Formats: sequence, structure tokens, C-alpha cells
Amino acid sequence: MTDTLLELRGLTKAYPGVVANSDVSFTIGKGEVHALLGENGAGKSTLVKIIYGLVRPDTGSMTLNGAPYEPSEPRAARAAGVAMVFQHFSLFDALNVAENIALGMENPPAMGDLAARIREVSEQYGLPLDPDRVVGDLSAGERQRVEIIRCLLQDPKLLIMDEPTSVLTPQEVEILFKTLNILREEGTSILYISHKLEEIRTLCEHATILRLGKVVGNCDPRQTSARDMAEMMVGTLLHVPEKAPHELGDVVLSIRGLSAPAPHQFGTALKNITVDVRAGEVLGIGGVAGNGQDELVAALSGEMKTAAGMVVIDGREIGRLGPNERRAAGLCAAPEERNGHAAAPDMSLTENALMTGAVRKNLVNRGLLDWPSARTFAEEIIKAFDVRTPGPANTARSLSGGNLQKFVIGREIMQNPRVLVINQPTWGVDASAAASIRQAILDLAVSGAAIVCISQDLDELREISDRFAALNEGKLSAPRLAKGLTIDEIGLMLGGAHDMEVAHVDA
Amino acid sequence: MLTLEKRAQPSKAWVYVAPILAVIITMIVGGVVFAMLGKPPLEAIRTIFYDPLFGDFASYSRPQLLIKAGPLILIAIGLSFGFRAGIWNIGAEGQYIMGALAAAATGLAFYPMEARWLIFPLMVLAGLAGGMVWAAIPAFLRIRFKTNEILVSLMLVYVAEAIQASMALNLLRNPDGHGFPGSRNLSQYPSSANLELIANSGVHWGVMAALTAVIFAYFILARHRFGFDVRLAGQSPRAAGFAGVDAGRLVFICMLISGALAGAAGMFEVSGPAGRVSIDFNVGYGFTAIIVAFLGRLHPVGILIAGLLMALTYIGGELAQLSLGLPGAAIQLFQGMLLFFLLAVDVMTSYRIRFGKTE
Repeated sequence: MTDTLLELRGLTKAYPGVVANSDVSFTIGKGEVHALLGENGAGKSTLVKIIYGLVRPDTGSMTLNGAPYEPSEPRAARAAGVAMVFQHFSLFDALNVAENIALGMENPPAMGDLAARIREVSEQYGLPLDPDRVVGDLSAGERQRVEIIRCLLQDPKLLIMDEPTSVLTPQEVEILFKTLNILREEGTSILYISHKLEEIRTLCEHATILRLGKVVGNCDPRQTSARDMAEMMVGTLLHVPEKAPHELGDVVLSIRGLSAPAPHQFGTALKNITVDVRAGEVLGIGGVAGNGQDELVAALSGEMKTAAGMVVIDGREIGRLGPNERRAAGLCAAPEERNGHAAAPDMSLTENALMTGAVRKNLVNRGLLDWPSARTFAEEIIKAFDVRTPGPANTARSLSGGNLQKFVIGREIMQNPRVLVINQPTWGVDASAAASIRQAILDLAVSGAAIVCISQDLDELREISDRFAALNEGKLSAPRLAKGLTIDEIGLMLGGAHDMEVAHVDA
Repeated sequence: MLTLEKRAQPSKAWVYVAPILAVIITMIVGGVVFAMLGKPPLEAIRTIFYDPLFGDFASYSRPQLLIKAGPLILIAIGLSFGFRAGIWNIGAEGQYIMGALAAAATGLAFYPMEARWLIFPLMVLAGLAGGMVWAAIPAFLRIRFKTNEILVSLMLVYVAEAIQASMALNLLRNPDGHGFPGSRNLSQYPSSANLELIANSGVHWGVMAALTAVIFAYFILARHRFGFDVRLAGQSPRAAGFAGVDAGRLVFICMLISGALAGAAGMFEVSGPAGRVSIDFNVGYGFTAIIVAFLGRLHPVGILIAGLLMALTYIGGELAQLSLGLPGAAIQLFQGMLLFFLLAVDVMTSYRIRFGKTE
């Protein structure tokens, strides 16, 4: 623990108009689980990219095991013993686990040997994974295991993990943590990036906190409260979302026997989903990614049409209507994938505001676009949701993930919908922005809207939901009152069957 | 080692510089090719780009510029809608032919009646309809059976050419033509002639239509919901679906627009500069218009400029063939290079080049 594995000294990286990292120095000890904390845009990604050889620093140096370390590309970083598990997986759906792993290797061994190695490593670290399964059929947690095992096969000295638990069930998180602890005991260092402070408190022994590209603090997360860490990240006091007390109104949204076939090969069919959501109510829907969340959002937003009576708003059957007719009826939606689905990356924020706001904000008159009003609407969203951008003429692509998320959610909330359907409202958004998004959702509910919030962040669902239901293989469990529901009960509602058992570790 | 890095914002400067740079590179490489063919490169370039406008015979070639640019611009404007939306209509040549045949057949059906106020507008409508019907086929097949519109529209060009030959030889053949193939001359039939509107300017109704299309397209793309939907669908199809754009309907409308404008171009050509339906009166405008559309970056004003430039290389190329004996294939090569270099330089709009160390 006393030995230093990686030392960063004075790393600075500037991009045109923004300094991503400014004089960043810290050390990671051998066998240490080191947390890297910071808001969106604090410079975590750039720093990690420097360590992994994707970006070169302007100034500063690194030493690995006492020797100078200047990876010119990820291959060099891997050769030096640095491996990384990305937030977004780079896997081919149509290939099996072993084939996917072989694709990422310099000199892949014969398939039979590789499969045996995969089994061996997955046993050793308690990560259940069958090398012969097709990746398209795997859950998000299992996909992540593919990426982790791909890294472990290289026998890394330092493993970088970027937001690893954002797609996992509580049980899967537990399995992951056991694996990370085994790695730690073997002397592998882990650089762990996450927004979930409670996790960091249970897992990490050291944390470096970044703000606006600079190191603003160090702490021992086991000794520091989550709130203190969050406030260090943000630099100000944190506000916890609250829901003003209010009465629930009549049923606004009724989903009645909603069934739909899987839209594509790796999609999920929806099976007989029935639930009512009342005015002022937030229905939280949990579940592991790939269990029908995208399909449910599509069926509600109007991208996927169903039988007329399967989706009903205020007594009006809208199952057969398209997205804009549903917006007119009062239903707004925000899909999970921001770039290319909820927003058009190469279009300006003004154009993106127009994209879904046209109907309810009257931005189109007799087919003619009202650009000044669209620009005003975009500016209102930017202001109300603190979207960090020079102005509405910038492209959606130029925004960081969290800022674009704020824009997308803000765009839907500011249309004052009767029903709001959101998937992963705060995914990739930092603590303070997440709190303000949740507050805005709660405020919208208080004003009388019915809200369906789909999320994989169970803490978030417990914080804002009135009732909770779980989506599992396209089926929705019966909703239960969220108050008093424990994490274990939620875990069981999520279908539990997703690899609850840790693979047996050979003695 | 060179690496390409995506820009956060597309470069505004490169949007304008790229076409100019492409023209310059084409001139240089084209000059080298001409030199290798044993022709004086500077003189060849001058003959192609300068002489048609300001040379000794410019009074003849200048009107030709508009006559050639008119159909190119008209067709390219139509194609640009589909291309922006990711709908690849490669068969404008066939739609052009079918528009011309429909218009010619309509005009000839009234021959020799004198009623220009009725016949000429009817022919325009027939031209629009002919092109639309031909474009509707690949559109329908794509929507209904998910066929590839590139292949279907391209193959329909050859079907249209076969129909055209058959028409010239049979149904539409001039009864007073002593058995020669080809129809009556529509430009000499007062009710159908697409006349020059200003003497010796080359401006005929097709040129006016092209200019109108440029203005109209500009307006639609900048201010109308349809133009917005087209751009959105081209950039992010999923986002378009979420925004409520009906993909099938968009395919259909874009194909119909490009078909209609190509058909109209065929109508103006067959009743004016070409004059009559012959077995091969089409000269490839429908294909060249694809180059024009991209050279003009799918922007209406860009297409206007690109159409004029392309017309210039046509006329200049003919001049160079006559005066310098340059082979016709070298001219086509020259035009192809223009598109090639444009697409190459175009990368700079969205990417920047980084010079990095090689391993």
C-alpha cells in the first residue's frame, strides 16, 4: 500500500477555449482503489484519456512504477499494464463473448484456449460469464463483465473504470465489488470514476476531487460523508430535492394491456403492461437496461404505434397517434440516448428546441418556422436548466453529455406536459445538476402532471417516486408504494434472477 | 502520421473554401493530365474556363451556358432534397426522359391545333407528372419492400431509355419524316415551343423555372417545416422519428419532388434546345446533376453556382475538343475529378488534420 504505482505531476491539457486539466498531480498506490470525483466538465474524462494514452498532455509528466510513462496510444498503455473499462461498451452484438474478446487482443490465442482462459478468469474473480453466448443476448451487467474480463486477461497493474455501476442492479453491483476487492488484494490498483458517492464510500480508500480542471481536494471517502464530498465537487452547498405536499388527482395516463413485438433482433417485446398514473404522481420504473425500457418509451412517445386503446390520456385513446399528435394531446417524452435520438447532434440548440417543441410552443405557423420564438425557447431552456454553452447557435454535439441531458430534459419539462415520460433523467449528470433536474420533475408533478420516470438509478427512483414498479423482460410488475421499500425488496422486484449467485471461487 | 479529428462545430470557413479549393486542385491536376496527353495545359484550362465567356466566339457560347445550366440546376435542386434526407435518387436521367416523353406526347396529341395558352401549360404538367410517376416506383418499392432506391432508380434509367427509343421509332415518330426516327420538332410548333424569352441570352422557360426552384428551395429549407424535417432526417433518422417525421412519407415526397423537377427539365429540353424526341436526345443531364448537387453542397445557391460552373466545363470542353483536339473522355475525366476533389476537401469541414508522430 505504501508503494506508489502511478504518479501524475503537473498535468495540463488545454483545448481551444477551455482548459480541461490544469496542473493536476496525485499518486495512486499499489493495490489502492482510488476514486476520481468531479462534476461533468471537471476534467475527469480528459485526465483518464491522458493516462490511457488517448490524449497527450501539453505539459506535465507521469511515472509508472518509478519509470517515465508517456503512452502515445492505448496500445502502449495496455502494454505498460494500464487497462480501461469504458462507460460505453464497444462490443459487437452479433458475435459471441470469446470472439468479442479476441477482437480486442493484439495476438489472440486459438478460440478454444481463449474460451478456457475466459472461464478460468471468470471463476477466479467471481464474474459469471459463458464465453459461447452471443453478446446481443446479454444484460448490461454481463456486457460489462465481458469488458472487465477483456482487461483482466491482460493482467493489468492499473484498471480504470468509468462509471461502472450505472447500468447494474444492486445484486450485480455487489458481484462487481467482490471482484474489485479480489483484485485489490492481489495488488492491482483501481482508478474508479463514479457519481455515486455512497459506492465510493464503501469501495475506495482514497479520493481525488477535481473541479474545473484543478485538483480541489483529497479525502478518505470512508471518513467523509457523501454530502461533504458532493459539496467539495460542486463548490457550494447542495440542495436535496423536495416535493411540496399535494393531493393526487384523477388518472391522467392509462396503459392498458400494452403489448408490442420486439422492434428489432436484439429488442425486447412488451408483454401486457397495465398501469394507471394519476395527476401529480411520479411512477418510477426500475429495471436493468435492455428489459424493454426503450420499447416502453417508444410506445408511449408515439415512435412505436400500438392498438389505439393501449395508451390512453385523459380518457382519449392515443395508441395509434404519432409523436406530434401525442404532444398536442399533452404527452412529452425524453428518450435515453441523447445524441441522435433525443437530440440531433449536428444541429444547433435552437433547431433542437424546435425539434420537439414545435407543437406545444407554437413554433410553426402554417408550416412556416418561427425561428425567433424557437431561439427564445432555446434560451429559456439554457437559462432555466443552467446549460453551459456559449449560446443557442451552438450544436448539440458541442455540449458535454450532462449539459445536453439538462437541455433535453429541460426542453420537455418547459413544454408543461400533462404526461412526461423520461428514461434515465440524470444519467451521466453530476450531483448538483441531477438534484436540480429531479427538483424540476417533482415541481412538474406538483403542478398536476403525471410522470413516468424510468431509471436504473434506484436511489433516484426512491427519491422521487410515489409508486415503484419494475420492468423485467418486457413485463411490468405491479406497482408498490415507494415509501418504505427497501433496496433488497426492489432488487427482488427487478426479477432477481439476473445472476444473483456469485460464481463459485475455487479454493 | 496524419490523423483526422472531428471538429466540435463544422467549420464555417471551410464550407466556402472547400469548393473553391476543389476547383483549383482540379485545374492543376487536370492541367497535368492534359500535359501528359501532349496538349498545352494552360491553353486547355483557358479554353475550358475563359474562352466560353470572353473568347472570340463568346457571343455564341454565352447563351449556351444558361441553356445547359438550366436543366442541371433544376434537376439538382430536386435531388438535393432527397440527398439531404438520405434518399439516394440516382435515376434523375430516367425521370428526365419520362417527363420529356410525357410532355412531347401531350403536345403532339394536339398537333396541329393552335392553342399555346392551353397546350404549353399542359405539357409542363405532363412533364412534372411523367417524372413523378417514374420516381414514385423506386419510392414505393423502398417503402413497401425495403428495396434499395439507388439500384431501382438507376435501373429504371435504362428502362426509360428503351421506352424513349421505342417512342422515337414507333408511337411518336414524325409521320412526315420520310421514315426517319424521331418525333416532329416541338420547338417549331408554335403551341409547344419553349422559346427564348430574351433574344440571344439563352434564357428560356426552363431557365426561369430553375431560378424559381432555387428561390423556392432556399425558402423551404430555411423557413418551412418540411425543409427542417428533411435536414433532421438526413442527420439523425432516429431523432427525426422522435420528432414525429414519418420516414416513409418523407421518402415519397422527396422522390416525387426530384422526379417532378427532373421531368420538368426534360419537358423544357424536348420542347426547346433538343426540339424533338429522338432515340438518344438525352445527354446525361440527370447524372451530371448529381455532381452539381454535391458540388453546390446541396445548398440552393451553391447549386446555382455549381450548375453554371458545370455548364461552363461542358461548353469549354466542347471548345477544347474542337480547337485543341482534346479527347471527349478527358473532359469527362475532368468533370469527375471536380466531384472527387470536392468530396476529398470536404472532409475538412467537419474534421481537422492532426500531424502526429508515426510509430
